[in-house]
Amino acid sequence: MSGHSNWPEWVYIGVVVALMVWVGAEAWEAERLVEHVPEDAKTIIVTGQQWFWTFEHEDGTKEIGELHVEVGKAYKFEIHSKDVNHAFNIHDYVVLMDAIPGRVNTVWFAPTDVGTHDIQCREYCGLIHYNMRGTLIVEDPKA
Amino acid sequence: MVLELQKPRPIWQIMFSTHHTDVGLLYLISSLAFLFLGGSLALAIRAELFLPGAQIIGDAMTFNRIFTVHGTTLIFLFIIPFASAVGNYYVPIMVRYKDMAYPKLNAIAFWMIPPAGALIWLGFADFTWYATPPYSIISAPGPAADMWIFGLKILGISSVLGAINFVVTILKCKHPDMSIGQVPLLAWSFLSSSLIILVAIPTFAAALLMLLTDRLGVSGFFNPAMGGDPIAYAHLFWFTFHPEVYVLVIPAIGMMYEIIPRFSRKPIYSYNSGVFAFVLLSIVGFSSWAHHMYATGMSFTEKTVFMVGTLAAVPASAMHVFNFVATMWNGRIKFSTPMMWAVGGIALFFSAGAGGVANAAMPLDFTTHDTYWVVGHFHLFVMGTIAFGSIGYLYYMFPYVTGRMYNETMGKVHFIMSFVGTVLVFFTQHVLGLYGMPRRIFDYPPIPEWIAMNQIATVGAMIIGVSMAIFLANMIYSSGKGKLANTEDPFGIGGKYYYPFEAKNPSH
Ligand code: HEM
Ligand SMILES: [Cu+2]
Ligand SMILES: [Cu+2]
Repeated sequence: MSGHSNWPEWVYIGVVVALMVWVGAEAWEAERLVEHVPEDAKTIIVTGQQWFWTFEHEDGTKEIGELHVEVGKAYKFEIHSKDVNHAFNIHDYVVLMDAIPGRVNTVWFAPTDVGTHDIQCREYCGLIHYNMRGTLIVEDPKA
Repeated sequence: MVLELQKPRPIWQIMFSTHHTDVGLLYLISSLAFLFLGGSLALAIRAELFLPGAQIIGDAMTFNRIFTVHGTTLIFLFIIPFASAVGNYYVPIMVRYKDMAYPKLNAIAFWMIPPAGALIWLGFADFTWYATPPYSIISAPGPAADMWIFGLKILGISSVLGAINFVVTILKCKHPDMSIGQVPLLAWSFLSSSLIILVAIPTFAAALLMLLTDRLGVSGFFNPAMGGDPIAYAHLFWFTFHPEVYVLVIPAIGMMYEIIPRFSRKPIYSYNSGVFAFVLLSIVGFSSWAHHMYATGMSFTEKTVFMVGTLAAVPASAMHVFNFVATMWNGRIKFSTPMMWAVGGIALFFSAGAGGVANAAMPLDFTTHDTYWVVGHFHLFVMGTIAFGSIGYLYYMFPYVTGRMYNETMGKVHFIMSFVGTVLVFFTQHVLGLYGMPRRIFDYPPIPEWIAMNQIATVGAMIIGVSMAIFLANMIYSSGKGKLANTEDPFGIGGKYYYPFEAKNPSH
């Protein structure tokens, strides 16, 4: 409006826009790197159903509720659902991907340390959603 | 409009009235009733989560029903009808017209709310406020789910009717001497939010019907077992409901635009920038819906597009914050209760937006999505910004509605306790999300950090609960027995209180 000049507002908007451009660019770059699946990643088929997780390794072995992997190797999860939507989540490794019936989503990770981590479901799936949990066990094959 | 309660009328006279202040009063009372009902459910949720294990809510199904009805109630039966209450009281006066454009339609839009509320509360569905298929089709128990669908259908129609009325009242009924550039910012906020409603709601209305026929088994739009796609529902839902979050927040910002300059005893820093930000937000708000869907398996390109769309809306919100701060700058501020709520709300609005930017940055969202972080994020808006703006405005309009003053000390205590409580609950929930606690869980493993954060949040919620009891007592007592207000200048800040005072109710 007339009366007073608006330059402080323009400076402020400029700063906000610059910040958003920076956040967007950083996020774009990070996501691009994170999504690149290594060639030698081993496939694990993950199936969610009310209210537990099943895992199938490349050699055909199956596990329920527990997932054993080797430290230092890369793994690609192929995520399926048998009934309703779930979300496969290993929070400590920022692994999160919805399990949606009729579609296969993929996500990968490479465990860096020996130890155990929680697996959980992060998408509401009904009665026992709160306890649709499992354990990731990262082992050292040489030990 | 003033002295509603000083000249008692039989209740049926108000109920069958189509006058805008009477319909406004109906909206006001029903929205506050639902605020308290929905709020009690929140206290039950927080009490249950104080410790791991089942304590006060017996089973997971009841818990799931409680958080579903909590969210549905506060969004659709408190926030939106409360805004309609304020709009009904003020918009006709601000555009200098005798009533809303279509008074009968106005009353009908209100009277759709009680049956819809009854359907939602009697059904008590469990499929969360977004009723995601295929759970909502193959797993959610009826008739609760079907009653919820019908309830939302009715509320959607009510919103659309209300929006048509606001748009016509503002654009067609404003006084011929008044240009659109002279319409106060509060009325502009109703114009923008109403236009968003008209564009956004029909999509969800269609999705609801498809959900219903899917549940009946006659179609399979979203049911993979019948060749449908659940992701299609997510797109339809968020195409409506991301813009809808601006429908919720814009009127609250409009209310702050009334309060802040009044109590700073200064004109608004920039009217034009306020109008521009409202209009910009209404348009850009439509470019970001799938930021709720990063983890559904979208391609890198899709995610990038919606991240850019989300970030593009941030400057428009930030402009409002600047406008408020610049208005208060060097003002002779009087911190009466309404001003405290408005200023507190702006501070929380700013923090909420900052958290939103983190959600929008796609790699970070894989940490926050569907954890308590998201619960904290949007509650800083719905509680911290929208409820704070609305409650502040309720104190502000109280003397005009009742002709009496509320108790100022109790109003301030209410604010301080609610502010502390809100920070304790929702900032803590952000941290809880970073620790990985999923949302919508009835019970959690005894991880020490999770327990500590949950306990802080529960204490905060109880503080809010007590403050709301003080609020209720203040409202009830003061509307009957409060000091008579000086309706020319109830807050003793000088200046002219032209708007509310001029409304004439023919039945007085
Ligand atoms: C202005 C008022 C706003 C309101 C009322 C609001 C409300 C919400 C709601 C209700 C959700 C949760 C959806 C769910 O149930 O999962 C949400 C999520 C989100 N909000 Fe906001 N929001 C607002 C502003 C913003 C802003 C300014 C940004 C970004 C800069 C933002 C970014 C996000 C993102 C990215 C999500 C998705 C989080 C996830 O689920 O992973 N929001 N918001
Ligand atoms: Cu689940
Ligand atoms: Cu959104």
